[in-house]
Amino acid sequence: MISNYSKERLVGLYQTMLSIRYFEEEVERSVKKGLFHGTTHLCMGQEAAAVGVCSVLKQGDKMTSTHRGHGHSIAMGADMKKMMAEIFGKATGYCKGKGGSMHIADVDYGNLGSNAIVGGGIPITVGSALTAHLEGTKDVTVCFFGDGATNEGSFHEALNLASIWKLPVIFVCENNEYGMSSSITEMTNIEDLSIRAKSYGIPGMTIDGNDLLEVMNITERAVSRARNGEGPILIEAKTYRYNGHSKSDKQRYRTDEEVSKRKKKDPIQRFEKMLIQSDIPEEKDIEQIKQMVIEEVEAATDFALASPEPKVEELLTDVYA
Amino acid sequence: MSMHNIETDNDLTQDTVILQNRTRELTYAEAIREALQQQMRQNKKVFLLGEDIGIYGGAFGVTEGLVQEFGKERVRDTPISELGITGVAVGAALTGMRPVVDIQFSDFLTLALDQIVNQAAKIRYMYGGKGKVPLVIRTPSGSGTGAAAQHSQSLEAWLTHIPGLKVVQPGTPYDAKGLLKAAIEDENPVIFYEHKLLYKTKANVPGTDYVIPLGKADIKKEGKDLTIVATAIMVKRALKAAEELEKEAIHVEIVDPRTLVPLDEKCILQSVEKTGRLLVVHEAVKRGGYGAEIASIVAEKGFSNLKAPIKRLAGQDVPIPNNKKLEKAAVPQIKDIIREARKIVHE
Repeated sequence: MISNYSKERLVGLYQTMLSIRYFEEEVERSVKKGLFHGTTHLCMGQEAAAVGVCSVLKQGDKMTSTHRGHGHSIAMGADMKKMMAEIFGKATGYCKGKGGSMHIADVDYGNLGSNAIVGGGIPITVGSALTAHLEGTKDVTVCFFGDGATNEGSFHEALNLASIWKLPVIFVCENNEYGMSSSITEMTNIEDLSIRAKSYGIPGMTIDGNDLLEVMNITERAVSRARNGEGPILIEAKTYRYNGHSKSDKQRYRTDEEVSKRKKKDPIQRFEKMLIQSDIPEEKDIEQIKQMVIEEVEAATDFALASPEPKVEELLTDVYA
Repeated sequence: MSMHNIETDNDLTQDTVILQNRTRELTYAEAIREALQQQMRQNKKVFLLGEDIGIYGGAFGVTEGLVQEFGKERVRDTPISELGITGVAVGAALTGMRPVVDIQFSDFLTLALDQIVNQAAKIRYMYGGKGKVPLVIRTPSGSGTGAAAQHSQSLEAWLTHIPGLKVVQPGTPYDAKGLLKAAIEDENPVIFYEHKLLYKTKANVPGTDYVIPLGKADIKKEGKDLTIVATAIMVKRALKAAEELEKEAIHVEIVDPRTLVPLDEKCILQSVEKTGRLLVVHEAVKRGGYGAEIASIVAEKGFSNLKAPIKRLAGQDVPIPNNKKLEKAAVPQIKDIIREARKIVHE
């Protein structure tokens, strides 16, 4: 229910989703202009899952992300300037230009990092939750992964481990329907991936990942039971990836019609419509917010472009602590 | 309680400390257990996880009794999920704990390689120096038990190839205890190879909480005619071979690197400078083995000191067979070391 949330919070959520969308559009433009080295995986269309989940976290909570992770980092409150600088491989980026698009991390602030091995982050989140358990904190760890990762062994091992030890992990499967080119319907014989939770003795639910408030509502419940020591949960957020897998994807495996049809369920437009209907904020304010976010994203690119490259001596640092 | 009684208690405590710190004979397995116990007593962040390490005491009895002292939370039995538990350890280490994973046989590291190679070793670098992964993986390697091809390998060279990892191979009970303390205190992922055939070997080990820094080789025997660089079980075999060779007036110097990464190049190069001859002995198969690395370092940096070509004596390029005779033939034995040493010195 929209009335459950304050106006400030709702506007903040909207702004964060827009930040992700405009950030990704900017990254896409930068790819086309050849402004940076390396690949990138955009999450346009999936903003509600990232923002809905991360918005209910508190200080001390942790999160791991995937190769398609810009949205998760922004939803965790990352500085878009440092993110863009990292994507551009600059010394001012989150990882001093060593990680790039797929490895944005801010460990001290709960972002345990994006992981470019499919399913690689899943057991790591169980370890983070084990720390919370052994140290007696109430912190939870959120684990984002895609539909493709549910066919990795790490997913199955990690769910089982979190279950037997009743650890505070929120497993969030963003089912965007494709693992690179492969439709998940051809790669599994089940309709809802969340039913896999049952075989590990934990709750699983499939939700509309493009409905921000539904994502928030379910995550709030999941987080509160995890904090109470009631164990992990698997949430499957059904969504859709607008862009190809990465910059080199020609998208031969789906039609333009399919993509345009799916864009009609756009999570940001849906939320915006809901806000306008409830007069939060007023329609004229929407334009202002959009303008503000556009300027922020442009400033991020300016910052990245103006930032220095890492010194060549940096090559040899940070291998060992 | 009277003053007298308090004094008596203090005396008793001091006696106990002296008793605990004394040097006595321990097996390699006991020395490792003592290191684990001491580190767990000192630092609450240290915990163990692995298959059958609780009441069973680990496949080789190393963790026997630890669950009774530290409880099931800190001596954590796990399902048979090597990738999963290694990943759990990575996540726990990244968030401030000091996990020690027990991988039951080092052959099973193959199942956990993503978490070791792509995660533990890379996290700090790819996150630009943020975060650290102070994690130890203890794992038994080597042949000699008749367990055949999937339970007998020596794959340490694989992991030495990965920047970000440290690789330790203790060859004696004393080294095992001191190196394990260093490994647990290290801020990086450390692979700690234990040799199965060494678990029951005995030697003097101090009860004190001493440390052997990673990256410091040890000269196990001094000699002037030939340097033998030997690792793990081969240290013991090389020492036996050296006894025989002494009778023939061949004075062998035995260098045990103890840690392959970081490697104490200086110690090896200095020894070769003294003897002018080098034989590298390890159990792992010769092709792509770590002996090639040591030989190359000496060829690159100590060539002018060499009086004879460098030789490598290593495992045959075959899987380890079950049959005892064949199994022995697959890896260097004392007689092979003697033969190779004679050749280098006399030819």
